[in-house]
Amino acid sequence: MRLLLAEDSTFTRVGLTEILTSAGHEVSSVEDGPALFESISGLRAGTESYDLVVTDVRMPPTHTDEGLRAALLLQQLPQPVPVLVVSAHIEVGYATELLSTAPGGVGYLLKDRVVDVAEFLAAVDRVASGGVVVDPDVMRELIGARAVTRVLDRLTPRERDVLALMAEGRTNAGIAAELVVSTAAVEKHIGNVFLKLDLPQDGDAHRRVAAVLTYLQAL
Amino acid sequence: MVSLAGVDGTVWQALAKPHRLVLTPWPARALGYLVSGAILGFALLVALVVSVVLGIVTLVAGIGIVLLLGVAFSGVLVGRVERRRLSMMCVAEPADPHVTVTEPGLRAWMRVRRRESATWRELGYLLLMAGPLAVLDLLVPGVLLSAAISMLIAPFVVEVLHDQVDLGGYSLDTSAEAWPAAVAGIVVLLVVVALITAYAGARASLARLLLGASEEETNRVLAVTRDSRARLVRAFDAERSRIERELHDGVQQQLVGLAATIGLARHEAGDAGSARLDQAADQVRDALASLRETVHELDPPVLRERGLPGALERVARRSSVEVTVDAALPGRLEPAVERSVYFAVCELLGNAEKHSGAAHVDIRLRILADVLRVEVRDDGNGGATSADGGTGLLGIADRLAVHDGTLDVTSPDGGPTTATIEVSTQ
Repeated sequence: MRLLLAEDSTFTRVGLTEILTSAGHEVSSVEDGPALFESISGLRAGTESYDLVVTDVRMPPTHTDEGLRAALLLQQLPQPVPVLVVSAHIEVGYATELLSTAPGGVGYLLKDRVVDVAEFLAAVDRVASGGVVVDPDVMRELIGARAVTRVLDRLTPRERDVLALMAEGRTNAGIAAELVVSTAAVEKHIGNVFLKLDLPQDGDAHRRVAAVLTYLQAL
Repeated sequence: MVSLAGVDGTVWQALAKPHRLVLTPWPARALGYLVSGAILGFALLVALVVSVVLGIVTLVAGIGIVLLLGVAFSGVLVGRVERRRLSMMCVAEPADPHVTVTEPGLRAWMRVRRRESATWRELGYLLLMAGPLAVLDLLVPGVLLSAAISMLIAPFVVEVLHDQVDLGGYSLDTSAEAWPAAVAGIVVLLVVVALITAYAGARASLARLLLGASEEETNRVLAVTRDSRARLVRAFDAERSRIERELHDGVQQQLVGLAATIGLARHEAGDAGSARLDQAADQVRDALASLRETVHELDPPVLRERGLPGALERVARRSSVEVTVDAALPGRLEPAVERSVYFAVCELLGNAEKHSGAAHVDIRLRILADVLRVEVRDDGNGGATSADGGTGLLGIADRLAVHDGTLDVTSPDGGPTTATIEVSTQ
């Protein structure tokens, strides 16, 4: 795949580039907000083309939310580009904003995840192919939120586990492996989740994202 | 003005019971205050005359101007001494009417002092003290006491010394005059003592009036203090943010680089990867997690993103006791106020966890008429003010005071503890 990496820190940029190229990806990189936005203009104009953008959140010049704004912009392109946001911090608000505006091909991971290269690369692939990936630690922050129980208390604990894993972008098989149950059992749980959250019946993939969004927006 | 006197009260309270006055320490205090004032006054008179004369004589040589400037500003020093000397009359030392000069150098000091009316009030006081007041301080007790004493010792003078006592043009020279005069002298002495004490009281009041800070000056000094405190808190906040940025840009990214290297090493080692590498992976992950927590505490991103309710929800989730947050706020507050309230609640919650033995803490935020009111209530054992020496609570109160906020803690022994923070949102 052709990837664009936006990261201002040399250490992280070198590390991420090595990991991504080790999987055979072709990586271009930019080092600050303006350069990233320029590339987005290039994507819009069709002069540049990437399968996925991996971006840090805090970058020069303001060191606040350049990466997040870029990610939102990427999702609003006529042909949305999948984007994986990597951050040193658990920024629940940013994660929620990103995931609730983007219907797919989006992820939010802590930079810590690079320590498990296989898992990190799997997350990259999932986002590139239109999936949703949320860091387990970020998820834990979200799940712990008191407000969730208010809206999602119709779900059993097991159904909530399944939904949380869905929000991490896992496949049914992945969820089954994680929870050590059969795929059929997972499908039954997911069916119950859809039912209890009153989701419209128009395509499983869409309902899946909608469930995750309901989950995230409940916060 | 607060009195230092404690059990003695003020000189005026003592004068309200004139028949008991001689039994109190007040006559001695008054006499001490007046005599020392007279000595100081005459010494000042000499110094003043010498300085001014020398100053004028050497004016051409250029030294004179230094002497004369010294005289002009000497009131500041005398004012300080005289404010201190008021304690002899059990009057609390009045607040210094001068602002603190922050710039270094004598020139800057003079420039600031020159503009203060207090400087010139003090010079006026100095002139009074080196002249009329010195004379009065000596004459009032001198004349009054000598008259009373003359009457008291009249019998001795007449009977033993065979002399006469002159009393304001009237002379006592017979026993028939001397003895009644002596008896009357006792009454006169009591009156004289009261008069001297009253004069000393009036003299002290005059000093306090001229040398103390006027309301406007007090307010100005307070405003300067308040500004500097606000600057201090802002500087602390800026410093925290700087450290946070430094950690984020520096060691945090280096650790991510290290994590990537370890990750790649494990990846390349494949299934045969060593236990040591897995251990290294765990360690770098732990290091990143604890660094993230440290960075978070320095400048909580959740506070920046989601304001007080979100940030406090997070604190509540991580607390070792059960915490409920009820935060109904219509919108975001000023960032500095949010930070102060956030750190205050964290500190209060920390106290509840550590010292109170509470199982449950209730945090309630409300805005009523432009005032944010935060209540932190626990079901613990109380006694919070003494539990940690009070420094934590004091720190909270200081921080809140920057926004004209207050902290009120009620924590009876046996509990419960309720801390209430009130901050203006204007």
